[in-house]
Amino acid sequence: MSTREPIFALVLALTFGGTAAAESPGLGKPITEADIAAWNIEVLPDGTGLPPGSGTAAQGAVVYSQKCAMCHGENGVNPRPGYAALVSPPKFDRIDAFKSVTYYKYATTLFDVMRRSMPYQMPKTLTNEELYALSAYILALNKIIGESEVMDAKTLPQVKMPNRDNFIIWDPNRI
Amino acid sequence: MGIRKRRNAAAPPLEPVAGNGLLDRRALLGRGIVFAGAMSTGVGTSLTSAAAEPLKNDQWSLEMGSVVPPYQVPSRFEKDVIRTRSNPNNEFRNSHARTPHHLLQGTVTPNGLFFSISHSGLPDIDPAQHKLVIHGLVKQPLVYTVESLSRYPMVSRMHFVECSGNSAPMFSNEPLQATAQALHGLCSNAEWTGVLLSTLLEETGIDPKAKWLFAEGADSLGLHRSVPMKKALDDAMIALYQNGERIQPGNGYPMRLLLPGYQGNMNVKHVRRIKLIDQPAMSFFESKTYSQILPDGKMWLFHFAQEVKSFITQPSFGHSLKGPGFYEISGIAYSGNGRISKVMVSADGGKSWAQAALQAPVNPKAFTRFRMPWRWDGQPVVLQSRAWDESGAVQPLRAEFVAARGQTSAPVTSPLAFPNQHYNSITSWGIDSTGGIKHVYA
Repeated sequence: MSTREPIFALVLALTFGGTAAAESPGLGKPITEADIAAWNIEVLPDGTGLPPGSGTAAQGAVVYSQKCAMCHGENGVNPRPGYAALVSPPKFDRIDAFKSVTYYKYATTLFDVMRRSMPYQMPKTLTNEELYALSAYILALNKIIGESEVMDAKTLPQVKMPNRDNFIIWDPNRI
Repeated sequence: MGIRKRRNAAAPPLEPVAGNGLLDRRALLGRGIVFAGAMSTGVGTSLTSAAAEPLKNDQWSLEMGSVVPPYQVPSRFEKDVIRTRSNPNNEFRNSHARTPHHLLQGTVTPNGLFFSISHSGLPDIDPAQHKLVIHGLVKQPLVYTVESLSRYPMVSRMHFVECSGNSAPMFSNEPLQATAQALHGLCSNAEWTGVLLSTLLEETGIDPKAKWLFAEGADSLGLHRSVPMKKALDDAMIALYQNGERIQPGNGYPMRLLLPGYQGNMNVKHVRRIKLIDQPAMSFFESKTYSQILPDGKMWLFHFAQEVKSFITQPSFGHSLKGPGFYEISGIAYSGNGRISKVMVSADGGKSWAQAALQAPVNPKAFTRFRMPWRWDGQPVVLQSRAWDESGAVQPLRAEFVAARGQTSAPVTSPLAFPNQHYNSITSWGIDSTGGIKHVYA
């Protein structure tokens, strides 16, 4: 090894604000969280990431019939063949029982998957108001919340899902 | 443990070492001794006793061949060695393509035959535009490109990727008659080359509050999965190459998160964002699809590792034996815990077992080919394999597995069904006296 290499590595590390490891090229370009906003759409179980806005089941019913029913079926039942119903009892007494929204541990999962993946043919197009309204509608169809409950950043993470307490971690030592 | 090298070529024992004609694995290293031995017993002569036809020059030996293509594909005579697809018309749903294990050998899955599950079709990603951002609980969020990552120190490692729904039809209470491709085709093995994720996380810095990260794809679903930081800092890789060439579109072009030994869905394809967080995101796939219902009504969360498993690929359903004599039984073993340490083979439905030879090198979290010399006497047999890994884990027998994980109450009729996840019990092939092969439970 020539004596110049460690010096070069040191210069690199200093150039990149000390975050670059000495043997690493340091070619990542710094970016601010504000500039990641368009991709930064996940919602965590404690509600982190939920946007402003609110919605009710009645509002959600209108959006659902326009944007969701053609695949998932009117009122969340009788979907097109090969597509998933969104309404089902929280009954998991067989290893191959049907799993849908009632299976989720947290209601935030519903909001998150609609926000990033739905509608299937034009994902990431639902407004925040539509997402809260659809969340309320689908949760109400499954009788997890009342017909008139308002879903927003505060209420959605507080919804107690019917299957929440039935999960066990496969091997806590590996996490 | 790898293959034991026997330098002294003393004649290996030719007497069966386990029921129904399994021979000592060391016979495979004996340079033809097995064949000589088999003939000397008088068994197997049906394959070799008829005299060969006189030789002649075929047309391809008499004229110039066809043009050499820029990117070659297999011979037209191999047209049936293809993936089976679940959604060939690209309807608005997911698509699976399964690896034809029963038609392949060795341990490397050719890229064109590598299994693929796409939940919303294959995105057409321009690598010059693709970006990977790492942010969240870091000191400095950073953006990488294919070009910038190509300048990083890389590693090449052999690893399998397995959908945790692989082998799911075997949760059926009756054995589904299907090939190793249909039953086990959602698992493949490649040499992956890329940049260790730990290298990039050293550059972003890690906030001590970070306990998980999630990786998110650039596909239209934005598929994302949560990963413990422990795994991210262990052997996770941003893979750019698959068997030496850029990753196939169905396997994550232009880059994927590779989590060796972890369920396939977590190896996020087309990865564009990694965010360090303090709690699991409970994404759709970890909350529902890849959480399993247990017989007691509880559900498993975070069953990430693909447990030790093996299955015989030659001979298997879809093949037939052409009369008594010598055959090599071979198959694939792998474990998400590390290296395969031992594979045992039975030809009598588990009454007796013999140790198979393991093809070196035995890589951790990678396919290991096992081989077993066998002299079939033409009577009905049941072939099975059972693997052990270096962590001490052993592939469960079917009765043990069903007791712990359950089975369906009605037979599964479609190989595309996913009654449950993470099936790793043994596979049994029943061979009748005509050489026909069925999938059986034994």
